[in-house]
Amino acid sequence: MTVVEADLSAFVGHTKGGEHRLELLVRGASCAGCMAKIERAVAALPSVSTARLNLSTGKLAVTFAGTGGDPARVVAAVEDLGYGARLYDPAAAEDQYGREGRRLALALGVAGFGAANVMMFTVPVWAGLFGQELHPATRTVLYWFAAMVATPCALFAGMTFFKSAWSSLRRGRANMDVPISIGVLLTLAVSFYETITGGRHAYFDAAVSLIFLLLIGRYLDHKLRARARSAARDLLALQAPVARRIDAAGLERGVPVGQVAVGDRLAIAPGERIPVDGLVTDGRSTIDNALISGETIPAPVSPGSFIHAGALNLGGRLVMRAQAAVADSALAEIARLMEAGAQSKSAFVRLADRAAAIYVPVVHTVALLTFVTVWLVGLGPHEALMRAAAVLIITCPCALGLAAPAVQVTASGRLFRAGVLLKSGAALERLAAVNHVVFDKTGVLTTGRPQLLDPPDATVRYAAMLARASRHPLARSLADAAGDGPVADDVVETPGLGLEGVICGRRARLGRASFVGVANYQAAETELWFAFDGETKVRFRFADTLRPDAARTIERLKALGLDVEILSGDTAGAVAGAAAAVGVERWRAGMTPLDKAAAIASLRRAGWRVLMVGDGLNDAAALAGANASMAPGAAVDASQNAADLVFEGEDLGAVVLAIETARAAQRRALENFGFSALYNVIAAPCAVLGLVNPFVAALAMSASSLIVTLNALRMTYAGGRS
Amino acid sequence: MTILLFLAPASVLLGLIGLGAFWWTVRNGQYDDPAGDAARILNDQIDDRPG
Repeated sequence: MTVVEADLSAFVGHTKGGEHRLELLVRGASCAGCMAKIERAVAALPSVSTARLNLSTGKLAVTFAGTGGDPARVVAAVEDLGYGARLYDPAAAEDQYGREGRRLALALGVAGFGAANVMMFTVPVWAGLFGQELHPATRTVLYWFAAMVATPCALFAGMTFFKSAWSSLRRGRANMDVPISIGVLLTLAVSFYETITGGRHAYFDAAVSLIFLLLIGRYLDHKLRARARSAARDLLALQAPVARRIDAAGLERGVPVGQVAVGDRLAIAPGERIPVDGLVTDGRSTIDNALISGETIPAPVSPGSFIHAGALNLGGRLVMRAQAAVADSALAEIARLMEAGAQSKSAFVRLADRAAAIYVPVVHTVALLTFVTVWLVGLGPHEALMRAAAVLIITCPCALGLAAPAVQVTASGRLFRAGVLLKSGAALERLAAVNHVVFDKTGVLTTGRPQLLDPPDATVRYAAMLARASRHPLARSLADAAGDGPVADDVVETPGLGLEGVICGRRARLGRASFVGVANYQAAETELWFAFDGETKVRFRFADTLRPDAARTIERLKALGLDVEILSGDTAGAVAGAAAAVGVERWRAGMTPLDKAAAIASLRRAGWRVLMVGDGLNDAAALAGANASMAPGAAVDASQNAADLVFEGEDLGAVVLAIETARAAQRRALENFGFSALYNVIAAPCAVLGLVNPFVAALAMSASSLIVTLNALRMTYAGGRS
Repeated sequence: MTILLFLAPASVLLGLIGLGAFWWTVRNGQYDDPAGDAARILNDQIDDRPG
């Protein structure tokens, strides 16, 4: 994309040291070689002092020495190497997410340190519980050491749980963090009481190791979301950050898109995106609406045509009059629909929270009953309190906290290796419940690119010499079919018509029928004509072809018991053909983005749990509104952003793999919850009967967590292999 | 058993040193870009100083 000479200084932020700093999102850099190339090219620019690319997030951080740094040159330098580059808003660059990750890693480190060191003092005590000589005074000294290490560690590392529990309680609800927090704080309190009174039942080790194990689950969950976030991109980044406004004197000036007002005259160069909705006032061109409507065929525009924000100008320079500000553009409307969709998704209750809803009242009632009963039986208030505390400690939902995250991380690792990127654990749970699959046609069932139908022959070689000079999709496809080769001399592109140039000394034309000189012919948009001056005219036909495994994928989905439907923005004829070819009976054509979102919403109201697979901007709202959603890696940013899963490559089978993995993960997670419940059913009575001592508590808790984790690891190898 | 009064703090101190080192690595951003760091160490042409 052309970089417009404009004031981009708004994107430059300041570091604490007073340096000027710029952040860019770099696309396509995935290896050490790319990293070296980009860093060296940017660092070599004048006034750039350092350039560092984060390969995990794709973020390039550039610091400037002095004030002369030019963001546009940095963007140009990266783009010249063949990578996409976009500027980050410095306000958004301060990454909340990275800080949360660091905080969790630190808490995990502290809890690990605490668990390991407390063990040093409690192992001798455990030995003493089995009859070896351990004087009560020595035991108390060891407990005091344990307390000194465990208390600060547990309080610091457990802060994540305490905060979450507190905010949940204030909203009048109890999530899983409430029993965790109560368990940990109660354990510490009881242990201090026992240590002060010289008793045997101090559980300092249990308190810290509980937090350590739970933090592992939390950290895994965070990693999963962080990995997904690096793949999700901002919808607004899609819009050209700079529009070129023509002032009264006829001069062009770059202005931030947000400042464009209704009635402004804007210039759009070939290759740029339309910044806001508006009417063409001057110039002719073709525009690519693929992102807006899913149509693959470029549309011709001339003065008077209405053009949507986000469309790509393929041909010549256009002048337009803005009819809407950015916030009112079609793109912004889709963004609002996506937001609404995302909210309906957040209403989904995760498995762990549903488990907590049963677990919390049951366990707390049992503890209370234990306290009352033991006291009434006549064992005294001290024994009653100790037993009630033991119930809460031993049933603390350590295994429950690990049950879902461990499975989801293994499942996401398996999907990741297959080229499917999962954005959150909740998405996996929603995907497992899906029973209706909705496909977009263009770019999902089909490759989304027009392909040359006739086998390439000698003429293609010549035509490609002209085609290589253009960015029109049909020309690009022709050039791709011919492979690498030279470009013709003196190529001139006439917007909306075609190309003219000199090949081996002879003048040749490639383009519309009328442009090449075919008279009286009903021109179609999916063909190109080519001819040397005065010679036979050759026709090239193009069509959007189906993905090779589309039909097979539909068949496998049906075998899994899922309903399949196609919702497309394309014409009825094209959709009917594709639907018949892949074996889908139900399809709807000519749908606008809002129609699609409405169709998804009505399916959901009818009780279906819908998986939407789409790629275009026209699908973004539907993707956000569906129960679960997938987008191919070639999809527009907005759709990748809205989708729960993004799959790479040409293989549509990823949809089947994702559903199978999600279902297998759901089975594993349920097994884990089942095991946790079983463990609690056995452990709680032991605690009620007073059979639990610190050693039994530590052993039982670690064992249950270990079993849950091992069961989750089975996901790596078994279940739903295709 | 008085030796405990020396050995126990000593062992905790050793643990604290390890924890301090870990804290430094987290603050230093050494877990921010696992993929990039794995590549940097193998390639002489890239700046491999800690970021």
